[in-house]
Amino acid sequence: MKHTLKPAQYLILLAVMLTASIGDTLLSHGMAQVGPVSLAHLGVLFTAMKNLWVVAGILCLLGFFASYLTALSWADLTFVLPSTAFGYVVVALLSKFWLHEAISLYRWLGIVLIVCGVGFVANGPSRTEHADHPGIELDPLA
Amino acid sequence: MTYVGSFETWATIITVAGTAVAGDVLTAGAMRSIGDLDDIRAQSGMPGAIKAVVSSPMFLLGVLSMAASFFSLLFTLSNVDLSLAAPASASLTFMGNAIAAKIFLKENVDKRRWLAALFVCAGVALLAH
Repeated sequence: MKHTLKPAQYLILLAVMLTASIGDTLLSHGMAQVGPVSLAHLGVLFTAMKNLWVVAGILCLLGFFASYLTALSWADLTFVLPSTAFGYVVVALLSKFWLHEAISLYRWLGIVLIVCGVGFVANGPSRTEHADHPGIELDPLA
Repeated sequence: MTYVGSFETWATIITVAGTAVAGDVLTAGAMRSIGDLDDIRAQSGMPGAIKAVVSSPMFLLGVLSMAASFFSLLFTLSNVDLSLAAPASASLTFMGNAIAAKIFLKENVDKRRWLAALFVCAGVALLAH
């Protein structure tokens, strides 16, 4: 049986891609403002929680975890994971067009490979049908 | 930064990837056992969906594994260059997940999905350049 996704489920996958990359970018921007954290000065981490960029980043990453778990409830892990990798492409494109960073030929090649990888799974079924057992079996010998 | 030998370097990177794979497979297994979250939310609302997730022992074990992976990544980054540790652990995690999903989750990892895992793995390694 071929499982195809509903438009709302594609939106969840889009949220997985965007919230992870935007959350990481916000955290990175916020932590650059907070400054370096060392084991001797862990209290700085509490200061970081007062930084709006850090708080926004954490909220985005919470959104990522919620949408990631939702996606895993109706799609295979090997279907969802390449979608999360697409976040790397979003970060690279944000760096290029928003932060005006230079992207090397290697990175463009990496972006092309990830896009191809995501394209391979996006055309296939989203879920493996387990006819006799709808749940999950974690014993490889079973 | 303290540089360690190549055995220690790869042992820490493999620990990061191994715990990440365990976390991903356990959470994916838990979510499949729980069922479609959209349906649960429609029936019992958001609190019902949250309760279904956090009361699953497999999910909690998965989150513990993810936390172990995060802290082993921090440990690795204090000894190994980011430009090696991040892409190497991410690429190993992608390949490890494809293998573990086939063995433990009985997912149908066909040619298309193997190719996707390989392409993403190589792409992540190239992005680090």
